[in-house]
Amino acid sequence: MRHCLTRALLASAGVAAVLSLAAVPAGGQARSYRAPRTTDGKPNLNGIWQALTEAHWDIEAHSAAPGAVLELGASNAIPGGLGIVEGQIPYTPQALAQKKENFANRLKLDPEIRCYLPGVPRAVYMPYPFQVIQTPTHIMVVHTFARAVRTIYMSDHKEAPADSWMGWSNGRWDGETLVVDSTGFLDSTWFDRAGNFHSDALHVVERFTATSPDHLAYEATIEDPKVFTRPWKISLPLYRRTERNAQLLEFNCIPFAEDLIYGHLRKEPAR
Amino acid sequence: MFNRLLLSTVLGGVLVAAFVAAGGGVSQAQTSQAKKWTVPRTPDGQPDLQGFWNNTTYTPLQRPTGVNKEFYTAEEAVEMINKAAAAEAEQTVPGTVEDVHYDFTQFGLDRSQAPLAQNLRTSLIVDPADGKLPPLTDEGRRRQTARAEARKRAGGPTDAVQNQSLSVRCILMDRNGPPMLAGAYNNNYQIVQAPGYVMILVEMLHGPRIIPIDGRAQLPPAIRQLEGSSRGRWEGDTLVVETTNFTDATGFQGSSENMRLTERFTRVDADTILYRFTVDDPSTWTRPWSAEVPWRKAVGPLFEHACHEGNYGLYNTLAGARAQDKREAEASASKPSK
Repeated sequence: MRHCLTRALLASAGVAAVLSLAAVPAGGQARSYRAPRTTDGKPNLNGIWQALTEAHWDIEAHSAAPGAVLELGASNAIPGGLGIVEGQIPYTPQALAQKKENFANRLKLDPEIRCYLPGVPRAVYMPYPFQVIQTPTHIMVVHTFARAVRTIYMSDHKEAPADSWMGWSNGRWDGETLVVDSTGFLDSTWFDRAGNFHSDALHVVERFTATSPDHLAYEATIEDPKVFTRPWKISLPLYRRTERNAQLLEFNCIPFAEDLIYGHLRKEPAR
Repeated sequence: MFNRLLLSTVLGGVLVAAFVAAGGGVSQAQTSQAKKWTVPRTPDGQPDLQGFWNNTTYTPLQRPTGVNKEFYTAEEAVEMINKAAAAEAEQTVPGTVEDVHYDFTQFGLDRSQAPLAQNLRTSLIVDPADGKLPPLTDEGRRRQTARAEARKRAGGPTDAVQNQSLSVRCILMDRNGPPMLAGAYNNNYQIVQAPGYVMILVEMLHGPRIIPIDGRAQLPPAIRQLEGSSRGRWEGDTLVVETTNFTDATGFQGSSENMRLTERFTRVDADTILYRFTVDDPSTWTRPWSAEVPWRKAVGPLFEHACHEGNYGLYNTLAGARAQDKREAEASASKPSK
């Protein structure tokens, strides 16, 4: 019923209002929205969500640019993007040099190309849907890309028992907001296709807040003293996939990267 | 040494006691316990299957040759397990490279150190009654031959990455299935339930199985997936999951992409889920066949199994084969010609 009421209100307020609501980052007027509840009384974030942004190319503001693969021409060219970073990424001078090096060699170095687990927060704004399956004790976040899975522990919080690609996530509710504190990362993942990167000292605090039945405001504070001079923030809206039959499809991308990784080890034809 | 000792203690003592106390077969144990035990419910009223589970078993899919009964006695089961566990513990020689890489008793990776549900069955297959896969259809036989020929044409296993198995390539393993069957180690699962969905996280390959239970239609036939596409429903306290839309590459025990799999998850007591499945694939077998294996409550959490990301074994296998090729080519080039 709450859904119906909200939808009716939104409809009467007009399309413009809906659009502006969708664009409001966390912390804005959208705070007043109260999400439907789960049986344990928490905001219900279940669903299939997706980012609509150019950030997977480059999380910083960037102009359109040619792609890195000649044969793909315009189909793989980089569209301009407003960026999701507040200001600029505060790299140390050495780390900034590394970022530029990463960009120059991205075809060789970007872990996405090899179908490696994408890490956090990159998994959130890759151009694929992800599903949230919410229980009082565990919130599972299942990503399409590489079948990456994050378990957010809502109770039994502990320090990361081992470093991993997707990190170790402890979650808690702050009113309407799911706050996820993640550590225990390997240094092997990137933030985007532009070579923005981190070290194994990465610490990410994310906030997921429903701003309408079909929108979440997402923001993350990123801290990594080995790479950045201070903590910095990203924010973007997430959209519910509202198709009637929306579902994650299998994207087991390993076979699609094997010739790239192992092709040079193929036996040469007998002479 | 510690492991051997543990084996004899655990398997010789506790397990026998458990088997005997259960009064023989698993089915009897279920009947007597079902009376006292009711399946817990989730807040929205579903039977609650949530938690961490492990489906490790020493019972083979097909009944071993020479065994002509459906159930072992408790003593026979312990002997079978002891023998298999000893073979597993002794498969490598201490101090060798193989021992470092493949001694699963280290780090508790071998089966004897996993939570083990009691199971007196001599095979996982319960139907046909002989515990064996039914005969292949003509089509199934032709496909088996065609697949074998295609493999031969593709060359040796180290000639190309695609010649290696899906499991070596970290693409799909027995634990992922479906059907989900144990391997030699790491047979851990976590089940979570949210309105409209059951999700099974398979630790092996961090495989998420999302099963809609909202009555939605199956995917169109054009969409094929290695793990098929699953739709679930409740029949009483049992979760029934139908899976179709497999690929030809899935090949479970030689199955075709037309395989229709029906799995049943029933929580029979606080510590056990009885997992049963039926494979219906007229393109492969002359009749459907069914198997069952109990899953045992386990201790979490699951860890990230980044298999592909760390697949040095596969890389080195192929690189080693190419180095070998080079050495052989050099050796034959330097041989004096006749």
